[in-house]
Amino acid sequence: MRRQFPLALVFIIGSFIGIQEFIPLDWAKSLKGFLLDWTIVIGVFAMALGLWSLTKVSMDKISKKSDDWQYSIVTLAGLASMMGFSMYSWATGGIENALSGYMFTQFFDYVMVPIQATMFSLLAFFIASAAYRAFRARSILASLLLVAAIIVMLRVVYLGDLSTPINAMADWIINVPNLAAKRSILIGVGLGMVATALKVILGIERTYLGRD
Amino acid sequence: MKRRTIIGVALLFLFSSSGLVWAQDETQPPDTAAVAESAAIAVAPATGVAATDAPHDNGHALIIEFTPPEDDRAGGPVMGYEIYRSTSSSGPWDLRGTATARGADDLSVITYRDAGANDVDNRDYFPIGETFYYQVRTLLVSGYVDSAPSAGAASVAQWFHWGKLELFLGWVIFIVLMMIFINKAKSGEELYMRPLAGIDAVDEAIGRATEMGRPILFVLGLGVASDIATIAAFTVLGRVAKRVAEYNTKLIVPCYDPIVMTVAQETVKAGYMAAGRPDQYDEDDVYFVTQSQFAYVAAVNGTMVREKPATNFYLGLFYAESLILAETGSDSGAIQISGTDQVTQIPFFVVACDYTLIGEELYAASAYLGREPLLMGTLKAQDWAKGVFVLSLFLGIIGTLLGWDWLSGLFQLDL
Repeated sequence: MRRQFPLALVFIIGSFIGIQEFIPLDWAKSLKGFLLDWTIVIGVFAMALGLWSLTKVSMDKISKKSDDWQYSIVTLAGLASMMGFSMYSWATGGIENALSGYMFTQFFDYVMVPIQATMFSLLAFFIASAAYRAFRARSILASLLLVAAIIVMLRVVYLGDLSTPINAMADWIINVPNLAAKRSILIGVGLGMVATALKVILGIERTYLGRD
Repeated sequence: MKRRTIIGVALLFLFSSSGLVWAQDETQPPDTAAVAESAAIAVAPATGVAATDAPHDNGHALIIEFTPPEDDRAGGPVMGYEIYRSTSSSGPWDLRGTATARGADDLSVITYRDAGANDVDNRDYFPIGETFYYQVRTLLVSGYVDSAPSAGAASVAQWFHWGKLELFLGWVIFIVLMMIFINKAKSGEELYMRPLAGIDAVDEAIGRATEMGRPILFVLGLGVASDIATIAAFTVLGRVAKRVAEYNTKLIVPCYDPIVMTVAQETVKAGYMAAGRPDQYDEDDVYFVTQSQFAYVAAVNGTMVREKPATNFYLGLFYAESLILAETGSDSGAIQISGTDQVTQIPFFVVACDYTLIGEELYAASAYLGREPLLMGTLKAQDWAKGVFVLSLFLGIIGTLLGWDWLSGLFQLDL
């Protein structure tokens, strides 16, 4: 029963979610919305598990003095202080102010956001190093890639009279071979998604249930 | 004196008469009916007003079509149209919406969709099955002219979206193909699968980590548990966990989503149990980090730098963080296997990882690793479905080139 019940549930709900795409009636849309709302409910409970996991792992690192255990103190301090600021704002200004209190927004806007922007900005340097590796002309295919990349990059540079033919070439690369490759990948992805969904609905693939 | 008197009387008459005119302007607005009547003489009303049930819907809409007057052209007197609805052909009429004037010499039929809410308590509720009549008011530079009311029409709710019939048939064909190949695989028929380098490298990557005595890092990306790519990644994680347990190696899975963490914990645990090593499973190796994209990246990169995993798996949904993760992993000297269905991130993985599962290969990975007949059958069906797609594309191209609209029309959806 412990094995059959989840499989039956997945089959019934999965089949319905697939079939309702072809049923335009009100009850089908309402039932789909109701079922999808459950993911929000489950998410709330799962968040508590997530917080417990984060706290436990960080506490273990601190108690075992693992490598760079000090960062775990910062993690827990950040978690506790932001929760504290939020709960204080909730207690004093109501739930609608829980995420807009002074200290909460100060920390979020002037600590969290700049740190995130810093991490994102690293992408520029990583793109440079990855491009260097990708564009090394070691074979015919790599050389083709290099030439195509140079033409596409030159599209955004003004080169006088040369701009017109280069723009035309770059547009052709983007709209013909590049788009064809993208679409072929997307068709494969679409079929793969359908196949995976069917495998899960029909109970052929059960790994996600924690059973092989 | 006489002359002054005459001038005064004349001025008084002038002012009083003009005052009368002003007074008339203020107190008596223009007779709209008269304007409408005069306009109606100049501009013909919209004709052919007809209401029909909106196709493929839940029954809360009607389609109104009408032919605009010939004066609806560039620089003409027509400003636009108002669509009115009533439960009786004689009114009273309620304004439902507007349609813009053509403003060009295009006199084709104008279509307006009168849709309402499906909630009875909503003020804009559109009842199913109730007969409605429609009238189109042509708005002119000065005044308006009304059309004759349409015949009554009632909306109907459809049980099946016939505009998606081709899609439905595609589903049916795919399921039939799956059943055929699953039966073939079950009967013991050998199904050829083209080798995938990324899958073949999995055993080598796990073995390398074991020899080096370092852990394996498995990143499930930023997807949630209901994303198909994440589900596909779970299936690979389960099989990797089983082999990792057999090799007695540590597996680290930092998670972006708490539900993903819960499923990943169960999946890894099942893998260890299947390998007969449940005692080696440590729940703290599959942990939640954060739901902030770049904070997650920082945490995973930190793990790579500190733990120095010998093998990194990146399977699932990835966005801008893909290259930051893969480049850091590459710098740390790990062998890297990636797979995503995000077309924009595939080039980053191709550049920075040793092996990349491109698009559909991510979904096929589980079958390749498991080698079970049922899974292999679905994989073969996928290949055949691709063949059907290619054939359809060729038919569509031929139909378009030869002007056979019926052929290319077979593949068009009416959403």
